[in-house]
Amino acid sequence: MEEDIITIRDLNVAYQDKPALWHINLDIKENSRTAIVGPNGAGKSTMIKTVMKLIRPVSGNIKIAGRTDKGVLKTIAYVPQKGEVNWDFPTTVLDVVLMGRYVHKGWIKRPNRKDKEIALKALKTMKMEAFRDRQISELSGGQRQRAFLARAIAQDADIYVMDEPLQGIDITTENLIIDVIRQLQEDGKTFIVVHHQLNTVKEYFDHVVILNKTVIASGPVDAVFTEENIETAYREKGIRT
Amino acid sequence: MIEVLLVLVVTALATSVLGVFLVLRGLSMTTDAISHTILLGIVLAFFITNDIRSPWLIIAASIVGILTVYIIELVSRTQLVRQDAAIGLVFTALFAAAIILISKYSGNVHLDMDVVLMGEVIFAPFNRIEVLGFSIPNALWQLSIILLVNAGFVALFYKELKLTTFDSKFAFIAGFSATFIYYVLMTLVSVTAVAAFDAVGSILVINFFVAPALTAYLLVRRLSSMIWLSMLFAVINSVLGYLIGFGYDLSVAGVTSFIALVTFMIVFIFNPDGWVNNKIRSMKQKHSFTRAMILMLMNERGHTRLTEREITAHFNLGRKQFDKHMEYLLINDYIEKADGHYTLTERGEEYTHYTRIKYELPI
Repeated sequence: MEEDIITIRDLNVAYQDKPALWHINLDIKENSRTAIVGPNGAGKSTMIKTVMKLIRPVSGNIKIAGRTDKGVLKTIAYVPQKGEVNWDFPTTVLDVVLMGRYVHKGWIKRPNRKDKEIALKALKTMKMEAFRDRQISELSGGQRQRAFLARAIAQDADIYVMDEPLQGIDITTENLIIDVIRQLQEDGKTFIVVHHQLNTVKEYFDHVVILNKTVIASGPVDAVFTEENIETAYREKGIRT
Repeated sequence: MIEVLLVLVVTALATSVLGVFLVLRGLSMTTDAISHTILLGIVLAFFITNDIRSPWLIIAASIVGILTVYIIELVSRTQLVRQDAAIGLVFTALFAAAIILISKYSGNVHLDMDVVLMGEVIFAPFNRIEVLGFSIPNALWQLSIILLVNAGFVALFYKELKLTTFDSKFAFIAGFSATFIYYVLMTLVSVTAVAAFDAVGSILVINFFVAPALTAYLLVRRLSSMIWLSMLFAVINSVLGYLIGFGYDLSVAGVTSFIALVTFMIVFIFNPDGWVNNKIRSMKQKHSFTRAMILMLMNERGHTRLTEREITAHFNLGRKQFDKHMEYLLINDYIEKADGHYTLTERGEEYTHYTRIKYELPI
């Protein structure tokens, strides 16, 4: 657990002339369960979207497993916030999970029987096999989140980047997701999760990044998730200089 | 005259196979814009080549089609103007430019506005071409090739089309360029629109792009079924439009467009999730909920023996409805009636027990 799988150096991101992230230096430990916490507008989503190259930073560099090329993104499973896909699209749960396999397919090639087996296994892990033929618009919030986590599992990535996966879901799904995260950590995966409930950070994660435009603190939960750091992040408006 | 039907059907298939993706991406109005602005390309190329059959007309028209998409993107990306407004602005401006050019410089040329808008598919067989020794309508030949290209594109890039339409961010991460797919799609839409509008008129082109896909959308759970069903509806609309148009001596393009609305409405109203069934379902749910509430009331302490008046007072029920509900409950043995009082049967007791569990009420 000692290697850094993601290193961010001097990252600055701005929307027009408004800085969203300011001078970020951050290392994410390999095989960790890292939470990213911070008040609204702290730049949590912006940061992970920048890591996923969905937002172009003003300056700075991000290395993922030592690489900076676009191809490295295929080793990351990104679970977006709930609102970000077309929910009325005519597609079934199994289809969505199968999309996780597209990452390994390249242009034109279709997923084969083996991909389907992997997708079905992922559905089983997320206890969604009974919903495989449901259209995604028929799912509840928790079921949607499970379907998307199943897609991430089917992708068989090394790193999982999740944007508020526990937002607005039932407690059964929450427990299931946390269990699955723990299992996958044992298989050597790394998790970076934007998280909004401060009271569960210690229980669910082993590392934490406390963010408010800039990194207030980062490291093992026991060491840095202190009253003082949290207060600094949630009290301060604007940018620390 | 069967050739007219063939032209119509091939056009319907070539457009509807792409229409699915236009509808799912919310591009119906962009299609509307393209099928008008291509006229500017046609007019400009015509002025240069002075030949109404020149292939440059199709090329220029397609370029203007793509340009339309690009300018709309550009205007709406400023975020100062919403996309629908951007479409309204770009579309009318480019179309108007074409009209000005036509009216100014080519009053005596075959670029008739009525034909442009409404089309005259019955004239399609007059313009013929020799292919492998067979004489076939030019439009049929062109559109058959376009149908093959469009169907080939959808078949080959099905996975990419699906992914970029459904979740463009994930497509990017998975290494598929959503922009590339988008512009290829819109190029094909432009080329198809040019060839199709020459054959059937721009109103029917728009209709073919949008209506069959929308109708199919009401019925399906899978993208592949939506594509097949959309093509089926396009063919049904064409055949009906052709038969009625010819039978009653009406504009075939006009009738076909109108039929498309009729088939849409029929599916909208009568499909399993449609308007009629929704109404019936919600009515049934309301009734069964009221009956459950009557049983629940009788299950409460102090209410085990109720008179008719007590129940109607409690539920705000009309006489007729009350009779209907009570008859249902009596026949199904949930309650029994003795000297003017209703009481729960054993079955009724059981039912209220399960209802409490179902609604998570204290037992």
